[in-house]
Amino acid sequence: MMKTVHNAEPAGETASPLRAVPRSARKTSASAGGDAAFRWITFVCSLFVPIVMLAIGAELIRSSVPAIKQFGFGFLFSEDWNPVVQSFGAASSIFGTLVSTLIAMAIAVPLSLAISLFLVELAPPRISRTVGTMIELLAAIPSIIYGMWGLFVFAPFMANYVQPLLGKTLGFLPLFQGPPLGIGMLTAGIILAFMVLPFISAITRDVFQLVPNVVKESAFGMGATTWEVTYKVTIPYGLVGIIGAVFLGLGRALGETMAVTFVIGNAHRLAASLFSPGNTIASTLANEFSEATEPLYISSLVALGLVLYLITYLVQVVSQMLLRRMYRAWSVGL
Amino acid sequence: MMEQAHCRPNMPSYFETMGPRCKISVRNLNFFYGDQQALFDNNLDIAERRVTAIIGPSGCGKSTHLRIYNRIFELYPDYRATGEVFLDGQNVLDHSQDLMELRRRLGMVFQRPIPFPLTIFENVSFGLRQHYRLSRSAMADRVEAALKGAALWKEVKDRLHRPGTSLSGGQQQRLCIARAIVVEPEVLLMDEPCSAIDPVGTLKIEELITELKSRYTIVIVTHNMQQAQRVSDFTAFFYRGHIVDFGTTEEIFSKYSLLEEVPGKLNLDKLLSSKRLYVAPLS
Amino acid sequence: MKRRPARGRRVTNTLVTVWAAGSAVLGIAILFWIISVVVGRGVGALNLTFFTHLPTPPGVLGGGLINAMAGTLALTLAATLLAVPLGLMAGVYLAEFSEGSRAADFSRFSANVLMGMPSIIVGVFAYTLVVVPLGHFSGYAGALALAILMLPVITRTTEDMLRLVPNTLRESALALGAPRWKVTLAIVFRAAKSGLITGVLLAVARVSGETAPLLFTALNSPYWFHSLGEPTPNLTVTIFNYAMSPYPDWQQQAWGASLLITTGILAVTLMARFAFREKKP
Repeated sequence: MMKTVHNAEPAGETASPLRAVPRSARKTSASAGGDAAFRWITFVCSLFVPIVMLAIGAELIRSSVPAIKQFGFGFLFSEDWNPVVQSFGAASSIFGTLVSTLIAMAIAVPLSLAISLFLVELAPPRISRTVGTMIELLAAIPSIIYGMWGLFVFAPFMANYVQPLLGKTLGFLPLFQGPPLGIGMLTAGIILAFMVLPFISAITRDVFQLVPNVVKESAFGMGATTWEVTYKVTIPYGLVGIIGAVFLGLGRALGETMAVTFVIGNAHRLAASLFSPGNTIASTLANEFSEATEPLYISSLVALGLVLYLITYLVQVVSQMLLRRMYRAWSVGL
Repeated sequence: MMEQAHCRPNMPSYFETMGPRCKISVRNLNFFYGDQQALFDNNLDIAERRVTAIIGPSGCGKSTHLRIYNRIFELYPDYRATGEVFLDGQNVLDHSQDLMELRRRLGMVFQRPIPFPLTIFENVSFGLRQHYRLSRSAMADRVEAALKGAALWKEVKDRLHRPGTSLSGGQQQRLCIARAIVVEPEVLLMDEPCSAIDPVGTLKIEELITELKSRYTIVIVTHNMQQAQRVSDFTAFFYRGHIVDFGTTEEIFSKYSLLEEVPGKLNLDKLLSSKRLYVAPLS
Repeated sequence: MKRRPARGRRVTNTLVTVWAAGSAVLGIAILFWIISVVVGRGVGALNLTFFTHLPTPPGVLGGGLINAMAGTLALTLAATLLAVPLGLMAGVYLAEFSEGSRAADFSRFSANVLMGMPSIIVGVFAYTLVVVPLGHFSGYAGALALAILMLPVITRTTEDMLRLVPNTLRESALALGAPRWKVTLAIVFRAAKSGLITGVLLAVARVSGETAPLLFTALNSPYWFHSLGEPTPNLTVTIFNYAMSPYPDWQQQAWGASLLITTGILAVTLMARFAFREKKP
């Protein structure tokens, strides 16, 4: 039995002796039980996220079984989308998703790299912080606001100025033919670019900052210009991270819904021109899901969702692998 | 090496006049980080109400050894200790012991003062609230007593409700000492308590240690030889996870000329390999 | 070694600098363009009626969106109540107890994947989970979808913030004999408080502007709602419906709602980032 030592000798005049705490006021230790329960509760909570992730996949598979049974693998390649005769195919949605994303990435990646270059290497710290915050605010604007602006302001802008210009100069390409409607694949792609831009640039900023100063300085010391250091040293050094950032942005662009829904036109066909309306998986779901009543229709929509889930999952896996490698490698080096 | 035990075994029949009791007795203590061994067959007796200093070059296991007494190493899953550490005759490493009570009896002060993100008062009363059910006035009395015992009361009595982090480094460390003594521990484990403190603050804390030893058994890890010589009664000399020697501070300091020069690494390695290390008298 | 003419390299460097600065300017310009459009078109709709009345059919004056505002608040609150405790506890596990565990790695990986999941897919999931069995749209389904969107974000931020707390703080509290759960909840949480609050605020801000997950879960409604068990009016789906409609007064209200949402979210975002900035030690 452990006994409380009674401190009998006062040390100098600084302390007055107090009686030992009576046994009745002592708390008993229930710590072992409490700690085990705490550990268990937090463990169970940590399981929710993986369970939800897997459950979403499982649920999507389950609900798309009727459509898969009906249409088979050809679902992915069929351009049909006819609720009246109940014939559905994912081709135009997949096509639209990929094309709009491609446009977005083609614009966003160079822009992000340029902005990161500006923020990390070129701008003085005050400006870098302010501008950096403003770029981050682009990510805070809700998707539907991009949609509103896109539909009511940017699409007319495209229709009145940009598309006619493109048609005149590059109209020999099938990409830029057709009436300048404003809404369509190109407009959607451009708006998407600005939506994913802050996500990509946040990571490429990290990349540029994580490249050790020693490496950059030795290049500067040899007389290289800022651009040359970036192009020949920083980017190759951080290539893994940059690609990871690109994949992250890719994942975002693939799933973006509201902004695209407003401006892409909801047409279920494949077309060569970027000026033409189309649809993405997300926009189709947004436009049609709440109205679909027939089981096959709903199942086909869910099947579209499943395709998007799988593509997104894959892109996320790749992006994570790359980013994890980058952060781990450099935290060791720091 | 001591010819006879510097502290008597933990048996009630011995009289006080025969010297201090062994408050803590370490027997065959080995410690592992995963597969790596950090402490080798440590044997040591800590005398009650005396100051025992643990000295040695950096990384030789001094802090590791100290942190076994209150099992604070159990926060990290890969760490393992084998052997026995007796506190008043009972093995603290035995998992059937009440860990909360053990940690109440062994107070610890860390290298960097780290006040809780609470007010000064709440910093000190935190420990009280873990162990005791007290009225508000009883708690206030004890907080005041602890702050006086840590020679901090005069400086903070008018701002008990300011955050603990608003104090200077030396004051913060004395706050940590008050925090540790408020629960009436029997032993104070101090892990390089002054290494992050300015010289004036260090002096104050050393004076405090000399006062506190009349009430508490103190074990202090330090890399500052002068400090060890100033405050301690006994000194344990660690090297590479082994206890190379132990004795009264006078003996150890004169034997190894610790104040004149840093002992050459060669001598210590020779001492290690010669296996003529300190052996605690059996008790 | 043949040296390139210095002037050529300097010119390239200058061009790149211009391109980089220009890109930053472009990004900021888009930001301001959007904000100015939203403010310009929305401010006209923000009158007292807007804030106090229920919606009226198109063409009928005196309509407002008070039900949608209440609905958005209710849905966001419900989602927060569901996601924050779960996310905090999950983050605690990942930060405090999970060294080297494979299950924990999978949890973190899943959190990242879930954060990148399109919000409309989460809506589909909530639809199949809640709307289908119940047989009708409901605010619960919407809140669930929003909670699923918040959960991984809060989990990851909590883990990151708790990991920043130095171990010596935990050791000091443990050394006093406190049980681990008390050390975590009373001391570590308090030390990480501002980071945790920031994380929660940012997650709440993001989710309050979501539309897609509500489109076929909470749906929308022109009436007042009595519980979350029925279709729940909300600002974002209202904006969608009104904007797509051919009625100018509804479109005007859509702009007003857009202004309301944008202001709220930007304000909370900026506040979270600046008011709760950790002072560096």
